[in-house]
Amino acid sequence: MSTTLFDKVWDSHVVRKIKGGPDVLFIDRHLIHEVTSPVAFLGLKSRNNSVLFSERTFATADHNTPTINQHLPVEDPLSANQLKALEENSAEWGISHWGLGHQNNGIVHVVGPENGITLPGATIVCGDSHTSTHGAFGAIAFGIGTSEVEMVLSSQCIMQPKPKKMRISITGELGTGVTPKDVALFIISKLTTSGATGYFVEYAGDVFKQMSMEGRMTVCNLSIEMGARGGMIAPDEKTFEYVKGRPLAPKGSDWDKAMAYWETLSTDEDAVFDKELTFSASEIEPMITYGTNPGMGTGILNSIPNASEVEGGEATYKKSLDYMGFAEGEAMIGKSVDYVFIGSCTNGRIEDFRAFASIVKGRKKADNITAWLVPGSHIVEAKIKEEGLLDIFHDSGFVLREPGCSACLAMNDDKVPAGKVAVSTSNRNFEGRQGPGSKTLLASPLVAAATAVTGVVTDPRTLL
Amino acid sequence: MAYDKFEILKSTAVPLPIENVDTDQIIPARFLKATERKGFGDNLFRDWRYNPDNTPKEQFVLNNSIYKGKILIGGKNFGSGSSREHAAWAVYDYGFRCVVSSFFADIFRGNCLNIGVLPVQVSAEFLDKIFKAIEADPTIEIEIDLPKQTITLLVTGEQESFEINSYKKDNMLNGFDDIDYLTKMKEEIKDFAVKQPF
Repeated sequence: MSTTLFDKVWDSHVVRKIKGGPDVLFIDRHLIHEVTSPVAFLGLKSRNNSVLFSERTFATADHNTPTINQHLPVEDPLSANQLKALEENSAEWGISHWGLGHQNNGIVHVVGPENGITLPGATIVCGDSHTSTHGAFGAIAFGIGTSEVEMVLSSQCIMQPKPKKMRISITGELGTGVTPKDVALFIISKLTTSGATGYFVEYAGDVFKQMSMEGRMTVCNLSIEMGARGGMIAPDEKTFEYVKGRPLAPKGSDWDKAMAYWETLSTDEDAVFDKELTFSASEIEPMITYGTNPGMGTGILNSIPNASEVEGGEATYKKSLDYMGFAEGEAMIGKSVDYVFIGSCTNGRIEDFRAFASIVKGRKKADNITAWLVPGSHIVEAKIKEEGLLDIFHDSGFVLREPGCSACLAMNDDKVPAGKVAVSTSNRNFEGRQGPGSKTLLASPLVAAATAVTGVVTDPRTLL
Repeated sequence: MAYDKFEILKSTAVPLPIENVDTDQIIPARFLKATERKGFGDNLFRDWRYNPDNTPKEQFVLNNSIYKGKILIGGKNFGSGSSREHAAWAVYDYGFRCVVSSFFADIFRGNCLNIGVLPVQVSAEFLDKIFKAIEADPTIEIEIDLPKQTITLLVTGEQESFEINSYKKDNMLNGFDDIDYLTKMKEEIKDFAVKQPF
């Protein structure tokens, strides 16, 4: 029978099927961080359970860490306590732990792939919804709650009903200045934030084939923002090339064994999806959001739609524009901006910083802009230095911070003040996401860079 | 037993007729710094509920004493965004045992079921009826009957049935959870793990 990539990976991980209930799904790789794991470890203890396979769980500190002076003690006592809990729990159970200052430390969805934890055909979970990132490798990867973190610690399994399958194909070639982030924001704007709820998405077609691994990670990362549990792309030579030689990737005969499995990982030609969508790359422009969910996005040259043009309730739509201080019909280009943030598990990889540098090179940061450049990991940070990007940033008046989730969710001090507008390469523009009262415009690293040097929302194509 | 059993819940309800309520609104990230599961109810809908100086926003429904009860009624696509189970904990800790909406985000729905909060998905029409009925009279009661899988507006007798898979239903009725189930499967899981390619 013809099957999809998703079926192949899912079905090969089902330990038991429960009649009228979920599947018991084996988890190959489990990533944990300081915010959603402490209660899971408490639960483990209170039930007298132990960690079943400590070598399958990997800990990194990222959500709640400062992005300056990481060599000093963390000032906020609550944050310090969470970091200590992660370190102690990891030590107690023999789990690999990359704490603050460790050379491999960084955002969980950045360090997983760059260290070879993320593998094609694997099942990967983490107490973080952007775990969908790892689907770029042809893995089934999705976010879970803390109860499920405890399940994985104690049994290496979780219980999940099998999602429906959706394929999103994009044909053709992307235009100049149109990035993977724009592709994702475009899809979400078409589907809305609940359009893929209940589905697992496979991305297919020319655009994704041509896309770099980093770009694929950006797209899969944002799958959750259309409600999908996750998104995946069939592994190809580019994938294998990326994985090969990474510190924790299989080696020698293990590599050969893994390759034999990985080469089977594609959707059969006549396999059937529950839903199929196709778009043309030529429809996609550099995108920007104007509202308080990632589905409220549009081409950067467009104006804010009228309530009657969008799906959903008018009251909710107007509440959202009120929060932003925007009105229907206003142009997005030229809107005044106060902050620019480049980073996060969505756009905190080396390619994103290269894109940012390509625009700011030879230009100066606008005076009205406070810019936060936060690499996704120490490895990304090292590459930024190695490739000379740091010099470009310094010459243009930008400072590079230390790795972490930072202003994406603003658990640390990187908070956009109330009433201020940020152009952000992160993943969510919810009310107060980047700090109470903050206003977020989601966009690509190119749009962020163009905005950082002009001080207002700017089409990067005018500066390329 | 992992949490309280859930059978029949009869209660007044709190209406929140807003769509796409994300988990950042249910509990903002800056309140996720605890290492224990307690006190999250105090910060439920923090930034909708309180001004920056911590005074209550009077127009918000949780600050209006007319509305109370163990059932929260939310607009379409409730619980989208972050996977933080803290959102479900906050809902539970505040005192809600059931959330009703015409559509739930997947992870939030799963998190609720894992901690003993029942997500009840109704049609858009029925949701609208509930909002209108509460608007007309905030003291009306709603009955959630898990064994029969029905939700009833007691004032009019209008009723709709809701879906829940039989495994989860059984868990809710008995107060079991997935961890109880999985810990009994350890040997089977160990045998399975040996056969994995990596």
